Formats: sequence, C-alpha cells, structure tokens
Amino acid sequence: MNFDLTSDQKMLQDQVRKFADTELAPVAPEIDQSAEFPWENIKKMAKLGLLGVVVPEKYGGSEFDFVSLAIAIEEISRVCASTGVIVAVNNSLTTYPILQFGNEDQKNKFLPPLCSGEKIGAFGLTEPNAGSDVVAMEATARPEGDHYVLNGTKRFITNGGEAGIFVVFAYTNKELKHKGISAFVVERDTPGFTLGKHEDLMGIRATANCELIFEDTKIPKENLLGNEGDGFKICMNTLDVSRIDIGAQAVGIAQAALNEAIKYSKERKAFGQPICNFQMIQSMFAEMATEIQAARLLVYYAGYCKDKGMPRFSRESAMCKYYASSIAVDVARKSLQIHGGYGYTKDYTVERLYRDAKILELYEGTSEVQKIVIARDLTK
Amino acid sequence: MELIVCIKRVPQTAEAEVKIDDSGKDIVKDRLTFDMNEADSYALEEAILLKEKFGGAITAVSLGTAEAEDTLRIALAKGADNAIRIKAEEFGELDGYKTAMIIKEAIKDLKFDAIFTGCMATDDSYYQVGPVLAETLGVPHATLVSKIELTDKKVHVNRELEGGLIEHLEMSLPAVFAVQTGINEPRYASLIAIRRAAAKEIKVLGKDDIASEPKLNSTLEELFVPPVGKRAEFLTGTADEVSARTAEIIKEKGLI
Amino acid sequence: MILDEKHEEFRARIRDFATREVEPRSRELDRKGEFPWDLVKRMRELGLLAIYVPKEYGGAGLDTLYYSIAVEEIGRVCGSTGIFLAAHSSLGVFPVYYAGNEAQKKKWLVPMAKGEKIGSFGLTEPDAGSDAAATKTTAIQEGDEYVVNGVKRFITSGSVADVIVFTATQDPSKGYHGISAFVVEKGTPGFTYGKDEEKLGLHGSITSELLFEDCRIPKGNILGKEGDGFKIFMETLDGGRISIGALALGIAQGALDASVEFAKRNKRAGKPIYKAQSTQSMIAEMATEVEAARLLVYQAAALKDAGLPYLKEAAMAKYYASTIGMKAASMAIEIHGMLGITDMYPVERFIRDEKLMEIGEGTSEIQKIVIARQILGK
Repeated sequence: MNFDLTSDQKMLQDQVRKFADTELAPVAPEIDQSAEFPWENIKKMAKLGLLGVVVPEKYGGSEFDFVSLAIAIEEISRVCASTGVIVAVNNSLTTYPILQFGNEDQKNKFLPPLCSGEKIGAFGLTEPNAGSDVVAMEATARPEGDHYVLNGTKRFITNGGEAGIFVVFAYTNKELKHKGISAFVVERDTPGFTLGKHEDLMGIRATANCELIFEDTKIPKENLLGNEGDGFKICMNTLDVSRIDIGAQAVGIAQAALNEAIKYSKERKAFGQPICNFQMIQSMFAEMATEIQAARLLVYYAGYCKDKGMPRFSRESAMCKYYASSIAVDVARKSLQIHGGYGYTKDYTVERLYRDAKILELYEGTSEVQKIVIARDLTK
Repeated sequence: MELIVCIKRVPQTAEAEVKIDDSGKDIVKDRLTFDMNEADSYALEEAILLKEKFGGAITAVSLGTAEAEDTLRIALAKGADNAIRIKAEEFGELDGYKTAMIIKEAIKDLKFDAIFTGCMATDDSYYQVGPVLAETLGVPHATLVSKIELTDKKVHVNRELEGGLIEHLEMSLPAVFAVQTGINEPRYASLIAIRRAAAKEIKVLGKDDIASEPKLNSTLEELFVPPVGKRAEFLTGTADEVSARTAEIIKEKGLI
Repeated sequence: MILDEKHEEFRARIRDFATREVEPRSRELDRKGEFPWDLVKRMRELGLLAIYVPKEYGGAGLDTLYYSIAVEEIGRVCGSTGIFLAAHSSLGVFPVYYAGNEAQKKKWLVPMAKGEKIGSFGLTEPDAGSDAAATKTTAIQEGDEYVVNGVKRFITSGSVADVIVFTATQDPSKGYHGISAFVVEKGTPGFTYGKDEEKLGLHGSITSELLFEDCRIPKGNILGKEGDGFKIFMETLDGGRISIGALALGIAQGALDASVEFAKRNKRAGKPIYKAQSTQSMIAEMATEVEAARLLVYQAAALKDAGLPYLKEAAMAKYYASTIGMKAASMAIEIHGMLGITDMYPVERFIRDEKLMEIGEGTSEIQKIVIARQILGK
C-alpha cells in the first residue's frame, strides 16, 4: 500500500477540503438543529462529482478509486457528519450495488440520476425486528406476472424520506433462508410505497432517516438486481465496501473533534496559562492524534484492498469500521472533556460532534457484529 | 482570447506558528501546508470567466520548485489549458523584480491578450510582478483590480482604493491585471477535471531556456520576528464579557 | 498484503528463519538469561545486522521498511533476540553511519555492519533518562585525547559490545549544546562494566552499566563536531523508535497468533474456546489494534525512506505499538487461562518482554509529549 496519496488524490483532498470548509461548514450547525435535508449542498456536490465517485464516467460518475472516495467522505464528514453519511449512502450503498450487480439497462437508467443529484439514493435493509441479524427480515417479494409484489416495512433508512431510488431487500423464498433473499431497485413514486415515521435522531440529524412501508407494491421484474436469491451476497458485498466509508466518516468526525480541542486549548487559560501547556491535556492530544492516524491508515488499507481487487476484504473493512468508530466516540468524549462545561453547550461544535459520533458504532453492523466478522475470519 | 495567469505556491502562514530557520533568511517549512497564493486563485478565476465568455486558451505560469506543479495541476483542473513551470531552484535568491523578469523572459514569445496576476503574494508581499511585467512587456496595467468588463477591445476596470473609493479606468488590450481578492468566487475543480488534469503535461523551463539571468534589485539580509509590544490587550471570556470589556475600553480611551 | 511483493518475500524468508531457528531457542534464552551468540552468528550469516546500510559499508543496501519487517518477525518469536538486533542496528550502527567520517565508517561501521563487531549505544545515565540534557558524563580534552569520566546505565548489549557510541558533555553549563558523541572500543583502559541488570523480561538481552574512570580515548573518536551530540542522539532515537515500534508490534503479533492457535485447539466447558463471544471480542480487538500498529510502523518507516519528516509518526508508532502490545499480551494470557501464566506457553514471556517497549528509547509519556508538541505546532 502507498503511504502517500497519489497526485490526483491530493488534488481531490485539497478541493473537497476547501469546498467543505467554505460551503458545508457554515450550514452544518443549522441543519443539525432544523434536521433539514441539505438539498442545496447536495446539488453543489453533484456538480463536483462527489455523488458518484467510483462510478465510471459513461454513467455520469467521476471514475475514481475507493481510497479517493474515503478521502472525500472524511473531508465532508469533518465539517458535517450528516452530509457525510448522505454522500456515503448515495455512493457506496446505492450506486455501488447497482454498478456491481446491475445489468447494463439498470446501470444506464439508475446511475446517471444518482450521480447528477437529480435523485438521491437509499438502502432498504434494516427492519423493525431485523438489524444486524439480516436473515430475520420479514419483507417478502412474490413474483406475479411481469412484476414482484413487495410487502414489508424497512426502518432507520438514511436518506429514506428524501430518496428517489432505493435498493431494497426482501425474501423471494423464505424457506431458503439467506439464499432466498433478493435485492430490488425501487423508485420513490411506485404505487403502494409510502413513508412511515421520520426518526428524531440524537446525531446526524439532517439525514432524513425514515421508515419505508411497502403494501402490495408492484416492482417491475427488470428491477431485480442480479438473480433471485442473490440478495444476501449483494448485501454482504455492499456492506464490506460501505464500511470503509463509515470508517472514513468516523475519521473525519474524530479529526474535527481533535481540531476543535486544539483550538480551544490554545485560547482557554487556567491557573495562569493556556490549558494546552498541561501534560494531562497533551497526553489526551497524543492519544487522540495517534488513534486517528491509526484509524485513517486502516481505512486507506481497506480501500486499497478493494482497489486492488482482493476478492475478500471483510476483515479489513470490519477492522476499519470497528476501530474508527470506537476511537471517534472516544476522541469526541475527550474533546468535550477538554472543552469543560463550554463543550456541553451548543455554542461549541464539539457538542454536535459528540452526538454525531455515536451512530458510527451502531449502523452498518454494530461494533459487536464487526468483532464477530473479524474473529471468525481469523479462526476459520 | 489568449490569456496568461501567473501563479505562486506559498506556505499557509496565517494560522501557523512561524519560526525562522537556521539561515536566518527563511522560515521553517517542514510542517507547513502550501497552497496557491490567495490573490492568484482570484486571478485564475477571472481568466476562466473571460475564457468562458469569449473563448480562447489559458496558460498558467509558475516560478517555483517541483511542488509548484501540484498547484499548476489545480489550475489545469479548474480551467487552464496549458501550464509552464520555471525551475525556481536554478535561480537562487529571488526578489519581486527578479521574479517578474524571469517570468517575462519565459513568456515573452507567447501571444497574449491579457496577463493576470494576484495583486500580491502572501509570502513576500512585493506587489511587483504585475507592474514590472507590464512595463517590461510595454503594455498597460492596472493593480488592485476589483472588476473587469470587456467590450469591443476596450476594457473597463475597477480599482479598489483606500477609504472605500473605487477608481474606474478604461484600458485597451493587451494589458496586465493584478487582481485583488474578492473580485469573484473561485470555483472548485470537479473530480473528473482533476483526473484529466493529472494526465496533462506541464512544460518545465530552466535557466538555459531564459536568455539572460535577471539581476536582484535587493538582497535579503535577515528575516526576524519583531519583539512583542505591550500595546495589544487580548480579551478572553464569553462573547458577552468580551463585548462589555470592549465597550469599556472605548469609553476609557475617550474614543467615543 | 500491506506491502509490495519484494517486501513480503523478504518477510517470508525472515519468518522461516525465525520459526525454524529462533523460536526453538526463545524459551531457553529466557529461562537461562543466556545471550544468543549462536543466533547473532546466524543473523550475521544472513546479512541481517545492518539491513538499511549501503552495501559499500557492509550492509544489505535495503531500506527501513525491510529492517522493520526483520525486527518485527524476529520479535514475534523472541523479544530478546529482537532487541539485540534493534539495538545493534539502530543504536550502534546508525550514529556511526549518520555522523561518522569516512575513516570512522571504515573502522567501525563496516565491521559492525558485517557483524564482526557488536554495537551499542550509551546514552542513559543513573540520573539522565528521557531527559538527556542532564548528562553528567564528561569528556575533557587533554592533548590528542579526551579523558572520560562517568557512568552509563541500562545499556543494551553494553558488556558484550565491541563498539560503543556514547554521549558526554564537555561543558555541563551549556546543557544540550555541550554534549558530544564519541566512540569507545571494548578493552580501552579505564572503561569497565558494572553489574548487568536482573530484569522483568528480555532475559536473553544484556543490560549493562558502563563505567568510565579517566578513560582516555583518541581525539579521532568524536562523531561529528564538538556539540553535535544532541543532534546525533535525537536523530538516532527518532529512527530507533521505529525499530522499537516494530519490535513491540512483533511481540503483539506473537501474542495474537498464540491466542488464535490456543483458542482453536482447546475447549472450555465442552466448547471450542474460539467460539465463545468473549474470546472473539478479545481476538477482534487484538487483531485490529495489531493491524493498526503495523500500519503506523510501516508509515513511519516509509516516510523515513522517502526522506520526509517522520518524527511525529515514529513517536506514534512506538507509543501505539507498545501500548496495544501490552494489552494484547494481557488478553493473550486471559485467553490461555491459568496455563497462560506458566512457561508452557510463550504468552507470559511476551507480557514481560513487551513492558520494556513502553519504557526503552523514550517512555510512552515522552512519546506523547513529542506528538503533542508536533500537533500543537510548538
């Protein structure tokens, strides 16, 4: 693996960083409070090519690699965690499975609007009673003539309330257990598809997290991704990729928390000197910086494994997601601690970072699930 | 239109703790980040806007070390068509005059309708490159440019003066414009443009490509951080506390 | 694979040597407190004693990444042999390579690189550890000689070394600026040894006290100029941190490998140990942190090889690898249960050996200060 970024990765990082600081950072506190989906910034990001980073140019994408996608997600998440996950979901949970498992017609139809920001994507996997335990899902898709009839409820769907294109999982044959799950592309305006409860979240509040309700929803047969029964494979393969981006999001949030703490510690005085002079504070900085760099390298390494075309990199991807999310929560906690009481107020960014960080340990497989993935791979 | 933009890669010192190196003539650059000089990014954007309106091509020129090619690539990604790096490492000490003369030698055979520079570089603050280029190339120039409008070979230019005044000039092309920050909103390069720029060739010129090496007008003796005076008072506390104290000081000093 | 094929092939070669020749000796070295002369000889034959030194000086002509891999792989099976290699290469060889003139390189670097002579580094004193400015050893010029007086302590390979680079002050009032670096050879009159330390771990490594009593060394034994000592040992320690990071990483990997193997082979309460979620949780944490430590160590090495600043990254690598290494060794013992605290398994040795990595060549606290200063721009 390359320990230095390539020339175009450096340029991408530079431009995304400037864009994020100038365009995304100023609205981040507002949309955290209002929970308003940041459509205006999504359109701006579409213009830069951030909505289809790894998608080939012929489908409207930017044709970069997965390390570059991680770099972009980190920079966006550093200033706005909500925007970071919106972009991550569009890239790795929606365009990626369509690109990887869709046929040419599906790619031509669904990828261009997802890359141009005309439509945003979402991933309908989780259900009220099926989170990390995917096989427990209850949604079904029954073949009927030239379509499938979809029934079920999906919950905690990021982008759900605003998305136009959904990748949705349902059983086409429940008896086959995980081999009976199939994946479909569902469009928002399909009759029988309605939105349920909008979640009022602790963090990443502007992500239109919403329940999806399918009642005898007719999905055209040509919207099946891969073959019947490929759903579990598609889902696992997609999560291996998307976990890299959650790792990148965690690194971004953690870096922001460290930056805020450094800034505060240089200004804040106690006992006659800036608190950054105290060894206890410096000790925390060293721990935070070291863990962030370790997490960043794990993210790049997982991205590198994907870019290299390694057939399996579940362990590497689980490691970066598990580690980066754990340290992000811890780094945010330390940053708030360094801020003291001020950090507990909405006057300081760290209050938002602390709330935003927690979800990282939960979604796209909890830390406990990541650990099982890692341990099983090592002891197989 | 044939447009030339002069670009400099400079250390970002605004928020960093700047230290002087052992030579006493330069700063420690190990951990500093570098970027396109701020005013130059506005100059580049102004050129791109003109190109988008009237067509033509942009050549970006930088006198810098190999790392300056990263900055030139950003210019290519944003909209420049060609890029030239002049090897700064071959010219020893540089002042504003010598810098301008080297650039002049490198571009004198290029056809141009307008040359854009930033009005100043944040690392040495000479304000010289634009005017010296114009004088030695024998074309008019405007500094501190805050607006450019082109109509039928005539250019209407606003210059930003002290005291909030604006000077409106009429000029003809070819000309040199030393652009002030804030004249436009510099764009971001799209990912596709970045990928394409990464593959573009950057022409590199050395000392041998310059007819004669220009002389320095001044030599650097020492770079130093002045001793901190006691006149500044730093106010700390909450926003309310700071504003209350500010009001007190203004009253105490009899300023209102 | 994090690294390219060439580096990974090299790793495979070293691992083969380590498992076939070093591992079978590691328990005995630890039990008997024996210095591994036989393994030093083998490493000499394999050209491992100055991996990053150019061939013209008798080295292998490779880079810091190769060197880190070698220390990591040997450390994975034997901390004592690993610390010998790290101390010889980074602390004995490096300062002569870095600051020596051609004559000095011919005289000391070449034989050390070839393994004909063992190198060591005398920096620490009874009252000057991480705070090296407190150095009390003096070197006073008298004619063509320096007269050295003082005591060095905790010197790895000290009493077995042939060439010892050490620091001494010519003017204690000058602090750092008064310190210079010198070479003393074994057998120089006035240069003797105190006691070798009894230690918690690394029993196969010699840790010595060096005594200078009116020891006269030729003027030509100074490395660089008078007053260069601080710069020389800082540079030496920066690089040395990468090797201690690599060694800490190797021991941590050893602890992880031992745990996985034990958990797969053994049952507890009728169930394979590795299937218990509490074991899986520990293995996942160890494996993730070991991988993260590896990336930090390799990054620091790659930066050094590229000629880029690596001070912060080397401190991070050393601090992190030793911290997670201690955690991994402790978890490894837990996975082994009571057997883990016996010498039937290597994990009790790992935890004893790994502890030094948090202390030697700058404690974790010093590493943290280095990192904090870097990120605060101080």
